[in-house]
Amino acid sequence: MPQKPHIALKNVHKHFGAKTVLDGVDLTLERGRSLVVIGSSGSGKSVLLKCILGLLCADAGGITVDGAEMVGIHGREHRKILAKCGVLFQGGALFDSLTVWQNVAFGLIHAKGIAAGQAREIALEKLAQVGLDGAVGGLSPAELSGGMQKRVALARAISCNPDIMFFDEPTSGLDPIMADVIDRLIVDCVERLGATAVSITHDMASVRRIADRIAMLYKGHIIWEGAAEDMDDSGNAYVKQFINARAQGPISADRFGP
Amino acid sequence: MNPLSALGHATLELCREVGRLGVFGKNAVLNVFAPPFYLNQIARQMLRIGYNSLPVVGLTAFFTGGVLALQIWIGSTRFNAESIVASIVALGITRELGPVIAGLMVAGRVSAAIAAEIATMRVSEQIDALVTLSTDPFKYLIVPRIIAAVMGLPLLVALADSIGVMGGYAVATWSLGFNSSVYIRNTVDFLRPDDVISGLIKAAVFGFIIALMGCYHGYYSHGGAQGVGKATTNAVVSASILILSANYALTSLLFSS
Repeated sequence: MPQKPHIALKNVHKHFGAKTVLDGVDLTLERGRSLVVIGSSGSGKSVLLKCILGLLCADAGGITVDGAEMVGIHGREHRKILAKCGVLFQGGALFDSLTVWQNVAFGLIHAKGIAAGQAREIALEKLAQVGLDGAVGGLSPAELSGGMQKRVALARAISCNPDIMFFDEPTSGLDPIMADVIDRLIVDCVERLGATAVSITHDMASVRRIADRIAMLYKGHIIWEGAAEDMDDSGNAYVKQFINARAQGPISADRFGP
Repeated sequence: MNPLSALGHATLELCREVGRLGVFGKNAVLNVFAPPFYLNQIARQMLRIGYNSLPVVGLTAFFTGGVLALQIWIGSTRFNAESIVASIVALGITRELGPVIAGLMVAGRVSAAIAAEIATMRVSEQIDALVTLSTDPFKYLIVPRIIAAVMGLPLLVALADSIGVMGGYAVATWSLGFNSSVYIRNTVDFLRPDDVISGLIKAAVFGFIIALMGCYHGYYSHGGAQGVGKATTNAVVSASILILSANYALTSLLFSS
C-alpha cells in the first residue's frame, strides 16, 4: 500500500505583481525522505520553501504538510504545524539580541513552554551535537564565524526534535570543507530524528551528499524529479547543463536580462 | 506616464498605506490585551525607550525651560509684567513644550532605532525565523515596544517637566535676578493638576505614535540595506509629523472646555 505523502504540493501558483514565480508546481514527499530542490538563482526555490511553510501564501493550488492545508493557514493552526518543523535559514537568521544558547533554546522556551534552566541544558546538548563547545553558548551571534553561525542555526532548527526539516541554501557562503561539515551534520541530524527533509540549493556537491530525491525548478515549473542516483542519467538537457555547470545549453545565462 | 495616471497611482498607494497602517494599529492595540505577555521584552524596551532617552530629553528640557524664561522675560518687561515668567514657564513646559520636545527627541532617537532593528530583522529573515519557532512576531516584537513607549513616555515627560521648570528657575534666578522663593511660589501656586495630567496624556499618545511608526515602517521594509535606511527615515518623519498633528488635536480636545 503506498505511503501517504508527508508533504504534497498540487498545482501551486505564486505571482509577485506581473512576475510569475511558481507556475503550477506539483511535488510529493514521503515521510523520512530527503528532497532537494535545485535550480538557478532567482528560479523561485526560496519562494517555494516559504509557501510550503506558510510564510508566503500561494495564489492558487494546494499545499499539505503532515495532512494540514498550508494555503491561507494562520494563527494557532499555523503555529501547531510549525511546531513540528525545524528551519535552517540561508543566513542563519539568528537573533542578534540573544546569546547563542538563548537562540537555540528559543523554540523550547516559547513554543514548548520549557523552563529556561532546562531549556539551557537541552540547548547546550544540541550545540554539542553540531560540534560546538558549551563555552560558545554565552557568546552573541555576531562574535561567531559564518560556519559557526550555520551550526548554531542548525542546532536551533533541531532543538525541538522536529518531524520535518527545511534547509534554505545550507552551504551558501561557506568554504568547501565547512560546507562538507554542515552537510554531514544535516544528514546526521535528519537520520537521528527520522525526519522528512526539504532542502533548496544550487550547490551540486551538497545535493549529492544530502539528497534521496531531487527536483529541478525552472521558470516556475518542476522540469525534472527523480531519485538522487538517477540525476546523472536524467536525459534532461536542463538538468544536464545545471549539474555540469555549463554556460551553454537550454538555460540562458541572460534569462534575467531586460 | 500620463499625469492623471500618476496621480491615480499615488492616490491608490496612499489609500493602501493608510489602510495597512490602520490594520497594523488595530492589531497592535488588540494584541496588547491578549496573552502571551513577554514581560522581559517589555522591561528591556522600557529601559531602552525610557531610561536611555533620559539624558537627551533632560538636557533638551533644561535648555528649553531656560530659553522660555529668557524669552518671556524679554516680552514681559515691555509691559512691566515680569512676575508672570515663573507661571508661564511652568504652564508652557507642562502643557506643551515638555511633551512635544520629549516626543520629538524620542521620535528621532527611538522611532529610528525601532524601525532599523525590526527592518534588519525583516531583511535578515529573523522575523520569518520567529514565525517558524511558533512565536507571533506581533506579540514578541511589536506589542512590547508599544507598551513600553506608552508607559515610558509619560514618565519621561514627568521628569522632563521638572527639569524644564528647573531650567527656567536657573536662568531666572542666576541671570535675570529673580528671587528664588518667589519664583518657586509663583510656579507652585499657578500650576493646576490638569496642566500636568494633560501633558502626560499627550505623552502617552506620542509614545504610541513613536512605537507604532517605528514598528510599522520596520515591519514592512524590504530591499536590503537601502530598505532599512528608508524605513528609518520614514519612521522619524511620519512620527514627527503625527506628533505635531496629534498635539494640536489633543490640545483642542483637552482644553476645549
